[in-house]
Amino acid sequence: MSNHLKIVETKMLAEKIFLVRLKSETIAKSAVPGQFINIKCCDGLDAFLRRPISILRTDPYEGTFDFVFMVKGKGTDILSRLKCDDFIDCMGPLGKGFTLPVKGEKVWVVGGGIGIFPLFFLLERSTDVQKTSFLGFRAKDSIVLQNEFERVSDKVIITTDDGSYGIHGLVTKPFLERLEREKPDKVYTCGPMPMIKSIAEICIERGIFCEVSMEQRMGCGIGACLVCACKVKHGDDFEYEHVCKDGPVFPAERLIF
Amino acid sequence: MDLSVNIAGLRLKNPVIAASGTFGFGREYSEYFDLNKLGGISVKGLTLEPRKGNPPPRIAETPAGILNSVGLQNPGVHAFIEHEIPFIRKYDTAIIANVAANSVEEYCTMVEILSDADIDAIELNVSCPNVKQGCLLFGSTAQGILQVTSAVRKVCKKPLIVKLTPNVTDITEMAKAAEDAGADCVSLINTLLGMAIDIDSKKPVLANITGGLSGPAVKPVAVRMVYQVANSVKIPVIGMGGICNADDAIEFLLAGAQAIMVGTAGFVNPNVWVEVKEGIELYMENHGFRSVQEINEALIV
Repeated sequence: MSNHLKIVETKMLAEKIFLVRLKSETIAKSAVPGQFINIKCCDGLDAFLRRPISILRTDPYEGTFDFVFMVKGKGTDILSRLKCDDFIDCMGPLGKGFTLPVKGEKVWVVGGGIGIFPLFFLLERSTDVQKTSFLGFRAKDSIVLQNEFERVSDKVIITTDDGSYGIHGLVTKPFLERLEREKPDKVYTCGPMPMIKSIAEICIERGIFCEVSMEQRMGCGIGACLVCACKVKHGDDFEYEHVCKDGPVFPAERLIF
Repeated sequence: MDLSVNIAGLRLKNPVIAASGTFGFGREYSEYFDLNKLGGISVKGLTLEPRKGNPPPRIAETPAGILNSVGLQNPGVHAFIEHEIPFIRKYDTAIIANVAANSVEEYCTMVEILSDADIDAIELNVSCPNVKQGCLLFGSTAQGILQVTSAVRKVCKKPLIVKLTPNVTDITEMAKAAEDAGADCVSLINTLLGMAIDIDSKKPVLANITGGLSGPAVKPVAVRMVYQVANSVKIPVIGMGGICNADDAIEFLLAGAQAIMVGTAGFVNPNVWVEVKEGIELYMENHGFRSVQEINEALIV
């Protein structure tokens, strides 16, 4: 449903990256990891479409939820200027989330850049499992929520593209190295296309359960306008499903990259 | 006060219709508002066989609008009849089947099939800018419209609406051709062909390179075209293009449209159709109009 929700907290996490906490009993109680909200950044005709943004976490007791976004254009710039007690026109929770792991399983999440946020929600909701986070960032100053990920993971491995923090290089490197030694029960990934493609391919090849949260330019966010197409296998052929309604989370083996 | 309209045998309880290609088959929006409140639904453009549509990205945001290049992704006319009509029929709203094809024969085959289906009207889509063959080719010339509409008229047992493209030199010529060929009504405008480029990647935003522009940006063009067409044909006109609220819709009614379609605005506001309907009612009350037809006759030029 579409609602005007009150901002109860805002925080800048890094340059151009902001966290917003909104009051909504409904979303706080019903949202599952991997789902998103669709936000109208302002009234009027500037930034005409809504902006789909993953849910970072919910607090069912306080009746709030958080999301994090990066300022990329006019809409997110307007959003970044909103303050506590302002209201945001928000639809959600939308889409299909992750399959939660079961007790005792070994869970690995692999996130890149702003793709890490839905994975945080998944980790926080996954209890009695062994959790490892592989997080890739551009550079040291773009690392966000490191402490939070450490709180909800047994181990956090960080890589940076420029080597300014953690392991130098792509996040797939430590992921592959660790795969030499042990095998996870479930892998979840979200981030840049080359990264999710490699992780999905590695998992498929080794028969490891893997779910991917996909991104695509959206229109309505509810499955009516059919613009956010995602190519998936369909028998010997393919079909375009839609990220907003059939996803954003898809089983890796169904995707055609 | 009577909100109902009768468009060449198509009776609508109010003049607000969901525009084709923005509303699927109504399933998604049925979770957001009561579809019984709609005058009608023009369903997602149908083809004879299922169509996968174009590769993504299929949408680009532009000033006060969007470009889309979905490319008629749909399950085909048979799946529509089997699975979608029974769903929409649960609601008291008119079903308009939007039909796209590659050849005159294919248009006729589809219209024959749909004439025996439980629908209320057929909207000939001769104006989709996002498919390579057929469709827009017919709609781009008066000769093409005449050819396809006359052939379809012979087999069509439902009220026949021809949906016009604005990407022509003179839209009134297209409307006249549809009228001469026996169309019961024309609907306009389909999207304006456009393009957007990402200056960082130096690539077109849409995978299809070009796409159809819709949303508030096109509204003044649409109102002008509806006004011109309404003054050049005798058959009724359904107006659309960028309607975001009741005020926008009333402009179209004053320009001469007997009914209006709303689409793109629903992506942002899923309740827009209800708001438009209620806003028209309020306007009629405030201005003393007893019927929609009275609004059609009220423009002072």
